[in-house]
This record gives sequence, structure tokens and C-alpha cells, in this order.
Amino acid sequence: MKFLVFIEQRDGKIRKASLEALALARRLAGGPVAAVLPGKGVAPLAAALGKSGAGVVYVADRDDLGLYSNKGYVGALSAAAERESPDAVLIAATAMGKDVAPRFAARRDVSVLADVMDLKLEDGRLVGSRPVYSGKARAEVDCGAATLQIATTRPNVFPAERDESAADARVEALNLPDVTPRARVLRVEASESKELDVSEADVIVSGGRGIKGAENWPLIRDLQQALGAALGASRAVVDAGWIDHQYQVGQTGKVVSPTLYVACGISGAIQHLAGMGTSKVIVAINKDPEAPIFKVANYGIVGDIFQIVPEVAKAVRAAKAE
Amino acid sequence: MNSLVAIAYVPDTETRIKVAADGKSLDETDVKWIVSPYDEYALEEAIRAKEAAGAGNVTVVTVGPERGKTGLRECLARGADDAVWVDSGDSRYLDALATAKAIAAVARDAKLDFVWFGQKGVGYDESLVGPMVAELLDLPHVGSVVKLEIAPGKVTAHRELEGAHEVVESSLPVVLTAQKGLNDPRYASLKGIMGAKKKPIVEKKLALLGIPEADPAGSKTRWRKLELPAPREKCHMIPADDPAAAAKELVRLLREEAKVL
Repeated sequence: MKFLVFIEQRDGKIRKASLEALALARRLAGGPVAAVLPGKGVAPLAAALGKSGAGVVYVADRDDLGLYSNKGYVGALSAAAERESPDAVLIAATAMGKDVAPRFAARRDVSVLADVMDLKLEDGRLVGSRPVYSGKARAEVDCGAATLQIATTRPNVFPAERDESAADARVEALNLPDVTPRARVLRVEASESKELDVSEADVIVSGGRGIKGAENWPLIRDLQQALGAALGASRAVVDAGWIDHQYQVGQTGKVVSPTLYVACGISGAIQHLAGMGTSKVIVAINKDPEAPIFKVANYGIVGDIFQIVPEVAKAVRAAKAE
Repeated sequence: MNSLVAIAYVPDTETRIKVAADGKSLDETDVKWIVSPYDEYALEEAIRAKEAAGAGNVTVVTVGPERGKTGLRECLARGADDAVWVDSGDSRYLDALATAKAIAAVARDAKLDFVWFGQKGVGYDESLVGPMVAELLDLPHVGSVVKLEIAPGKVTAHRELEGAHEVVESSLPVVLTAQKGLNDPRYASLKGIMGAKKKPIVEKKLALLGIPEADPAGSKTRWRKLELPAPREKCHMIPADDPAAAAKELVRLLREEAKVL
């Protein structure tokens, strides 16, 4: 079974979600796999991917790939697939992966096992498990009789193990035609805050209507900083204009699967649960003992967040100082 | 400005999901169906583009069983001009590629500036069909758009990434997928609802668009099993009479029992 893994980098750093996909491919293949790395100035990053599971890395290091275009990046993936003839292609389900995978699949006349949270091999065929209907059910999916099987993997779900003793990957340059994309990235605007995004965070602290007003974010921020977490928010507070949509966790926001999710003053509407229900450990702090959030939480405290949250922040700092 | 807006008609997000007797599909009894929420942003933006240009047409299309026509009527009431229903026939599950082929076949017949989608349907949640249609039509696409500026012959779209926005300029025609934040969709007016009854819904058969109906021997994705998640363990409630003690106990449990700190 031959795997090819699409590797994404931003600002000269390989994305963790791609390393997770690469490590997954190596586990499934039982040995090193192929990878493709497009971008500008990315060649020096290629060899070290050997530690994460790559035997060979096809590199497309070009000026015209400095900013993302689906034409350029799908072109690089297609060229690598041409060279490698893989049975399966894995791509992390990031914003870029969600852009690349369906275009590449349609070009090859196949579909995608999208956003899988589990992936295994049965008789040489990929079998994925993915959340459907707002996370209320899981579908087990396969690619039928397709000769090329493609899956995108949800970030933060699969371990990104490294093998420090593994050899460097062999690096092969891809020759690509010049790209003049019709949809061209003019610029990338980082959020003003430059803070960790919920979709990439291991720990998330979220605030809901219980915070009572936009002026009370410092209460949540304090715990967020104590935990080194990302900040999240419920739909209610986004719709109320207390915080920007980029922080929203839930069905119409971001879907996250962190190791630890702390919900402060969030009742747990179904649309919020759809976005965070797959978190490994959930803590809920809410004054209403009947709040649905307690049905999915592992640990719950019924009480006033204005009293409890600062104490939790204090206890976390004390524990970390030990 | 001429737009085609593809909508997914999906179970209401409040609907309780049950698994059908075959163990691999949705039990549709008592399911309430809605136009997928992201598609509403797509439709709204298409209508605004037409209104701003002072000319054009907005067509809505859906692929699936007949109930989708109810969704199309809702879109007509909100301001779409006409609609196309692609009848998926006996196919209970049509994968993203087959759906994309049907929509691409409808789009090919029309002179369009925009092909719009929601950034995902809240049923299968795959986010695949929009970019696939772009590939099949050999058009540029910009996904997850939160802001759009239209200029003659081109658009500038702001697209949401992890912790950043990409500002993308594209020629027309272009395929766009709408993300929350793009606009506040309008409600249908009473006049709109009355008027929608007179607007046409064209019906097309999947087979007539040259798309083979989902065939178990076909090379496409399949659902093998549909399962409800195992219920989570009962929540461990920590008494909060003394907030400081409760906080300490929580941190202890997170460290020693859950091992996440």
C-alpha cells in the first residue's frame, strides 16, 4: 500500500496537523511513506520529515508558491502523485487541506473521506470514521472500488509521533510549469491578536453568556493564560457582538478536538456541542445544574463563574509552579 | 450579476438523529429538514450582488429527493428568481463527487458570474462539493469567504484561515463558498412567499445529466455504518461550597485522574 501525504507549512514551519497525517500514514503503511511539500524556501525543511515518517519528499520550492493558490498547490500534489502513483493520499483537514483535497479528488474522478477522526486499513482499503449530522452521529466510510483513495484527517486527533533514529528523507525536486492562478492571494492578514487559534490548540477555555458582557473577558482570559490555552466563545456571545466570530466554537464556528476544553458559563446548546463534543476531557463551570453542558462534561462545577474561574486560574498556576 | 446558488437540504440541527434499520443510513421519520445555514449566507450574497448591479438572475439548485423542492421554495421566497431540482432518484446516498457532477452539469448550461455554496452542508459536513464543482468546470474558487468586494470582471474575497485571513483576488466567473460573518441573511417577506409560488422550479433527472446513479460497484465513497456516539461517562460533579477548594480539587483531578495538566 503506497501512501502520499500532502505537507503544509506556514512561515517556514511545518504544520503539526500535517505531521499527524504523515505519522498516521507511516503507521498504516508499516514503514516510510512519500510526502509532497510545496511552498517557497521550503527545501531545507524536507529531509527532516524522515523523522515523522517520510521516506521520500517531493519538493516544489518556487517563488510562485510563496502565497497559496489552489492551482499551484494542487498542481504540486498532482505532479507528486504522477511520480509516486500512490494507492492513498492523506491531507490534514486544515483550511488549506480542505481547499486542496476536493479539487485534487475531482481531477482524479474520485471522492474524499473527509475530516476523518479514525482511519484504518481493511484488506488494503481505507476505512474512515467521521462525524456527521452536526457531530450527532458517526459514519464509517470507505472509497468503494476507487483505485485512488483520499482522506483528510482532522487536526489534533492523531498522534504525531517522531522516530528520532529514523534516517533523513530522500529529497526529490518536482518540475512544475509556471503558475498564473486566476484566484491569487494578495496578502495574508494575521488576526490582530496573533494569538493561538482554537482549531490548533491543545487546551481551550471558552466563555458563554454567563460572562454577562464583553467587559468581563479578562475573567476568562486569566484562566486561558494560566493554562496556556486558546480562547473560545459560544455562538450566543458572538451573535451578541461581545467577541469576533473567529473565536466561535460550534456548528457555525470552528469544530475542535482539544485534549482539554473548559466551558465557562456556556449552557451547551446542541450547536455548541457539535463543535467541541469530541474533546478528550471537558470541564464545565455553570451556575445552572440542569445545563446540557454537564451531560457531555467529564468534570463539572455548579457555581458562579465569577467566583470559581479566578480560583481555578489560581490553582492551575500553583500546580504549575510546583 | 448572474449566480447559481447550490443548497443542501439537511436535517434541522435540533433534530434527534436515529439510525435506520439497515444500520448505515439515517432514519428519516420525524426528521425536520432545513436549508443548510451556510447556504443562506451564499444566497443572501448572490441576491445582494444582483441588487447592487441592478441586473441579473439568481438560480438556486439542489440535488436529492423531492423534499428538496421545499427548500428551493424557501429560497425563491427570499429572493431567488428560479430554481432547478435535480432528482437523485433511488440513490439514497449520493457522494460529493456525484453531487458535484450534477451541479456542474446544471452550471454548464448557464451564463454565470458566480457559483455559490455554503462552506459546508450541516448533514454530511464534508466541505467537498464546492471546490469539486470548480475543478469540474475549470473555474477558480475561493473557500470560506467572510467578505466580498465586487469590481468589474473581478472580485476580492476575504477567506478565513486558522488565525488569519487570506485576501484573494479572482477573475470571474468564480466559485465561492460562504462562511458565517459574510452577511446577515434576510427573511422571506409575505410578498416574497406569495411570489415564490409563481416562480418556476425546473426538474432534471440525474441520468439525463449523464451521471450514473450511485451504484454499489461504482468507484465512489460509501457509508458502511452509521452509529450514535457512545454516551459519555457521567459527569464528575465537584461540590462548590468553597470555590477555592473546588478549584484545587478540579486541578488535582485533571492532573492525577485525567492526566491532561
